Amino acid sequence: MADMDGSFHAVPSNLVEVENLTVRFVTREATVHAVNGVTFNVQPGEVLCILGESGSGKSVTLRALMRLLPPRRAKISGLIKVDGQDVLSLDGAGLRRLRGGLVSMIFQEPMTALDPVYTIGKQITETIIRHKGGGHATARARALDLLELVKIPSAARRLDNYPHELSGGLRQRAMIAMALSCGPRLLLADEPTTALDATVQIQVLILLRKLQKELGMGTIFVTHDLGVASEIADRIAVMYAGRIVEEGPVADVLANPLHPYTRGLLASTVHGQSRDHDIDAIPGSPPDLRRLPTGCAFAPRCAQVSRECRAGVPEERRPVVNRMARCVRVPAMAGTMAAQV
Amino acid sequence: MNAISPTPTPIGPPPPAADFERDRGGPAQPLLIARDLRKHFKVQGGSAAFVRAVDGISFTLFKGETLGIVGESGCGKSTLARLLLHLLRPDSGELVFDGDTVAEMRGITVNALRRQVQMVFQDSYSSLNPRMPVQDTVAFGPYVHGKSKADSRAVARSILSRVGLDPDLFGPRYPHELSGGQKQRVNIARALAIEPRMVILDEAVSALDKSVEAQVLNLLRALKADFNLTYLFISHDLNVVQYISDRVLVMYLGAVVELGPVDGIFSRPLHPYTRALLGSRPSMNPKQRIEEPPITGDPPSPINPPSGCRFRTRCPFAEPVCEARIPELGAWTDRASHVAACHMQVPGSGHSQALGHG
Amino acid sequence: MAQSPMAQTMSQTAILDRSPAEGDEQVAPALKVRGYWASVFYRLRYDPVTMFFGAIVLLIVLAAIFAPWLAPFDPYRESIIGRLKPFGWKSHLLGTDELGRDLLSRLLYGGRVSLLMGVVPVCIATVVGGGLGIVGGFAGKSVNTAIMRTMDVFYAFPSVLLAVAISGAMGGGIGNGMIALSLVFTPAMCRVAETATAQVKSLDFVEAARATGAGTLTILRHHILGNVLGPVFIYASTLVSVGILLASGLSFLGLGVRPPTADWGLMLSTLRQSIYVNPVICALPGAAIFVTSICFNLVSDGIRAAMDVRM
Repeated sequence: MADMDGSFHAVPSNLVEVENLTVRFVTREATVHAVNGVTFNVQPGEVLCILGESGSGKSVTLRALMRLLPPRRAKISGLIKVDGQDVLSLDGAGLRRLRGGLVSMIFQEPMTALDPVYTIGKQITETIIRHKGGGHATARARALDLLELVKIPSAARRLDNYPHELSGGLRQRAMIAMALSCGPRLLLADEPTTALDATVQIQVLILLRKLQKELGMGTIFVTHDLGVASEIADRIAVMYAGRIVEEGPVADVLANPLHPYTRGLLASTVHGQSRDHDIDAIPGSPPDLRRLPTGCAFAPRCAQVSRECRAGVPEERRPVVNRMARCVRVPAMAGTMAAQV
Repeated sequence: MNAISPTPTPIGPPPPAADFERDRGGPAQPLLIARDLRKHFKVQGGSAAFVRAVDGISFTLFKGETLGIVGESGCGKSTLARLLLHLLRPDSGELVFDGDTVAEMRGITVNALRRQVQMVFQDSYSSLNPRMPVQDTVAFGPYVHGKSKADSRAVARSILSRVGLDPDLFGPRYPHELSGGQKQRVNIARALAIEPRMVILDEAVSALDKSVEAQVLNLLRALKADFNLTYLFISHDLNVVQYISDRVLVMYLGAVVELGPVDGIFSRPLHPYTRALLGSRPSMNPKQRIEEPPITGDPPSPINPPSGCRFRTRCPFAEPVCEARIPELGAWTDRASHVAACHMQVPGSGHSQALGHG
Repeated sequence: MAQSPMAQTMSQTAILDRSPAEGDEQVAPALKVRGYWASVFYRLRYDPVTMFFGAIVLLIVLAAIFAPWLAPFDPYRESIIGRLKPFGWKSHLLGTDELGRDLLSRLLYGGRVSLLMGVVPVCIATVVGGGLGIVGGFAGKSVNTAIMRTMDVFYAFPSVLLAVAISGAMGGGIGNGMIALSLVFTPAMCRVAETATAQVKSLDFVEAARATGAGTLTILRHHILGNVLGPVFIYASTLVSVGILLASGLSFLGLGVRPPTADWGLMLSTLRQSIYVNPVICALPGAAIFVTSICFNLVSDGIRAAMDVRM
């Protein structure tokens, strides 16, 4: 299990193993290469943050883990293993057991993720009964416990509230409660705090962090916000144009980014820059996923591009044992001199 | 083949001359003065309650500055933006633009106001007409104000190139073919096409990716200098407001709680709400994570705000006087004044922490 | 206008030749520029079901238009001995009706009346009802209430009943039938237009247009109309199939054309008595109504799907 400072212990088994995941959306007009060969692992109890902007493929990757993508349009290939189970070969019943039971997901918009015609209590108890069985009374008691766990005030009263009667922050907490109701070992979070106000966002982040530690859940947290990643992640994986371009412990990556895109992202995040100068923005815009360039997808915008970058997709390079970057400028092996990039 | 020249040059009539003609009040006259603006919406469903979206807002906007307005949902900042353009009519209060009262007998008309003040909307799917090519959307403004179709088209094309979009490549495109950042550039171009003096930016960069946000902020800075603009920048993102503003106004539940120069607000916040907002920003340093949230609960709804100080229900320093009396925003004199609407700031208010008490 | 691949590569290379600070050019999307209606047609091209039924509709309409040239016999020429003859009798391809008239010719000519009575009221309703709906939707408040509540009164009546009542009160005939149907369709069209207008009115770009200083008529013409025509057109195409049915119904009840004019509904009514003699012949006008109406319906469905794109 990787600690925050990056030291590595021998691992008993990975909670999540993703190998060479590729997702293409095929329509008559074009094929969108949303995810292009993504490989990563998550240990039990670890928080992996997938950081990327829109079009990077981060949400698609997350949804592929639970096979929430439209079955006809999305062509998935590669290997996805959650707690040893091969997700891509599960049948309908197996998938239903997986979703909500072993793996749970929380979404960005609580208003659309919660059913507006049922009360919160009904939705949570229904989930519990479906996965754990048991009677209505025990399920309701457990739902009450959960609402208190996520610190919803007047929990007993809130059980009988409809989603529209709760404020945004409370709805998000209710959704978290529903996700945790069956004790999942893996929690997937798709930008759950993006739509929240600043003062509410920090509360929800701290809550998630505490719950994750208490319940020992592995978590994959997708976000575009570096601040959110620094508050919640153990490890961070930066995605660009459907590939992971950098990966490592969060403190190391933020303090010493290896990939030019990560560096550009850090430089262009507005955080206390001097008002008299332009922000160091990354020039240009992300590539069209329908026509990916050969070679490194970031090359058209990179200040240090060279011939080699266009030749082929840069392979994963690990200059230090627990850090990875897909860049030809990063030295390949641990023990070589630190890259002067 | 370069899409645009490396150092974009400004287009259109040279700003100083046009501004000299339009600058009726002179450099010392504030560009916009808002006095006690109020807007209440009736709650649908028959009950007698009102949503007090904007409840007595007063501020001054000086020429050439950027005033940042921050607040969370329900604070009324979007309503305020629309009141300033008279897209919504204020229930009460006064608006003075460059010395002329708006929509009053001896002042200027709303149409005249709209010729000088424009708004950049948040990039949403509905900010641009999906059936109109981009250059027609941008040309619409000049066309409405009397230019011929050909002239409007020419103005649109030059503005588009000024915001970084090649008019040949992007002019005939439809909004759904553009990325978020590109659409937002079109929004900016639309606002600038009729050469306003003031631009209200309502969450103009909030929906953009961070790297695109940086590009657009740089663009906004450059345009402000080139066109001699005054900005009113509304956002919930404190980092962005800190970067782009000269002065900052903090709103809570329809009222102003703090106003002052940006450095003062960010380094020495006076109001407990401002302090909570600043403390809610993620630390960006994984080794120094925030352990306890500075404030709990959600922002309350503006339907029935608490009596007295609206913030007292979430304020760690609330006392009986806070419930009894609404704190006033302190008197301020110029751009450097830094004031807050808090009893703790007023000597002799009765609050135990008030300056000079006990 | 669309950027060629070479130009795109060149602009990408151009960015590389410069330091990042200057490279603020935006890369335009690579696919073809296509207007809204053009992309609707593009999508339709690949919808085989709609294309097939659209072809049938086209055939029906062309057959009706060119009936005088296509009809093998005079549709009004009666023959006492040749009544209710089966298919193929003496080169009457579809046989004869109860008065000895050639059925094929009468079907062709009847199509003209039925289509006319189905389509014209829809057109009138679109213009009148659509116009009122747009005005109501945009004006809001009291104007909206006045228009919509008036429409609600008519909308409350079942359409067939209302058509029969109005047509009957006016004395029947093609003209009165078309007026009746127009009155029946106007409230529905008004509703659709009003909903669409109210939705579009609340979108940001309309507010932006107001903020630019545009007047009501300008906004209506440039911004509202283009976005409202879509839903209105879809609904109108659905109404055509209903119109054909209702028009035939009115004729069936004797409130439409007068005999001996050929009309599918009237034919159905007069052939009804002969159903035991030659049932197949009697079903033919009904089949014509059915097929035409269904084909219009399916085509309008396909158009709706093609136009219903989140852009």
